[in-house]
Amino acid sequence: MTRWAMVADLRRCVGCQTCTAACKQTNDTPPGVQWRRVLDMEMGEFPDVKRAFVPVGCMHCDDPPCMHVCPSTATRKRADGIVTIDYDLCIGCAYCAVACPYQARYKSSDDALRPDVATKCTFCAERIDAGLAQGLKPGVDPEATPACVNSCIAQALHFGDVEDPESNIAGLLAENQHFRMHEELGTGPRFYYLWDRKA
Amino acid sequence: MNWLQKHWDARAAANFMLGGAGAGLMIAAALGRLEGGAPVALALVLVAAGLGAVWLEIGKKLRALNVFLNPMTSWMTRESFVALLLFSFGAAALAKPLPFLPLAALTALAFVFCQGRILRASKGIPAWRAPQVVLLIVATGLAEGAGLALLFSAAPELLAWLVLALILRVYAWVCYAAAAPNAALEAPGKALVQIGTVGALAVALAALWLPAAAPLAGALALAPGLWLKYALVTRAALNQGFALRSAPVRGVR
Repeated sequence: MTRWAMVADLRRCVGCQTCTAACKQTNDTPPGVQWRRVLDMEMGEFPDVKRAFVPVGCMHCDDPPCMHVCPSTATRKRADGIVTIDYDLCIGCAYCAVACPYQARYKSSDDALRPDVATKCTFCAERIDAGLAQGLKPGVDPEATPACVNSCIAQALHFGDVEDPESNIAGLLAENQHFRMHEELGTGPRFYYLWDRKA
Repeated sequence: MNWLQKHWDARAAANFMLGGAGAGLMIAAALGRLEGGAPVALALVLVAAGLGAVWLEIGKKLRALNVFLNPMTSWMTRESFVALLLFSFGAAALAKPLPFLPLAALTALAFVFCQGRILRASKGIPAWRAPQVVLLIVATGLAEGAGLALLFSAAPELLAWLVLALILRVYAWVCYAAAAPNAALEAPGKALVQIGTVGALAVALAALWLPAAAPLAGALALAPGLWLKYALVTRAALNQGFALRSAPVRGVR
């Protein structure tokens, strides 16, 4: 079964925020709302300090806490793993926002398209669906791939079907050491971070 | 790398404060067999005010009834259904205390339990997702309701219920504070122990001989509990933040 996932190569990301800008342009999000963000993180203590640029957003979890708490059933999960929000059902209670361990959800009165309801990254589901309808392959064909991945200048972001052993991201995960954020919480995030080659 | 959540503010806190105290009052009214409809009416008004405060916070107020659509997994939906039962039994109890007041008390207990589970299910907020938060929310509701009930009567059984509820609340607080220490809760936690428990217990014992002191015992029990819940929702709610398990390895191969 198809399971869409994203891979961020932390060795490649340069923190240029082009993905953030591409996401904002594609999804027309208002100021202060960033479905795709790139964090500038420092780790360690002087003099052994490291810096990393970390793309974050909705992790499209296998077991999304946002979906379980949603009182209106606006948040759902598609068969392909993409977590969606029905903006016509959402009451804007923001329970999903406090349930999300990744701070991926927003609610803004300034959002012209989706005012006062919960919003978040959709993995550009419309692009994926339209691309698949044309026989294209998400993660390979740009027309069927999320805007942030298309825009990445360093090829740090990748997208594909993690259940397909022949997919681009399955190869990356097989060749590299990786982790998922806050895995200990049991949410099963579908956003993988590469940090080193496999020995 | 974490920061205070801003999605739920004082309006959400009001639901936990007023709803908890109102539900606790309903339970105390049933246990203390309080006469007259005033305690029950006040309990219902408090719960309604708490829910009304939440309604003011949601983004799409005219869609509020959609809150009932997910009883399978959402504790917010379950709280809403239980609130409907609570209002139904409570209104019926105003006319016919038996058997409706005990039923209203049971649904009130379910209501505060739902409130505890609402916080428990908030996985993005470590201070809320601690399992001990459920008992804390239930116990604070019981103690604050018992405190409110003393405004209506200084009956010995009500004083005894207050003592039990205060002991349960301080136990719940100690368990919670040990599991989820939080700097923002230090001052209200101290007030809960010193004023809300020791002070209130002392005055409650004095009220056995001096009934006029009962409302003071109730007030001492009530105020620190409300402060603690306000702080829990608005001040202690740091989010999960971000963390990397491994730093990227660059330029070594």
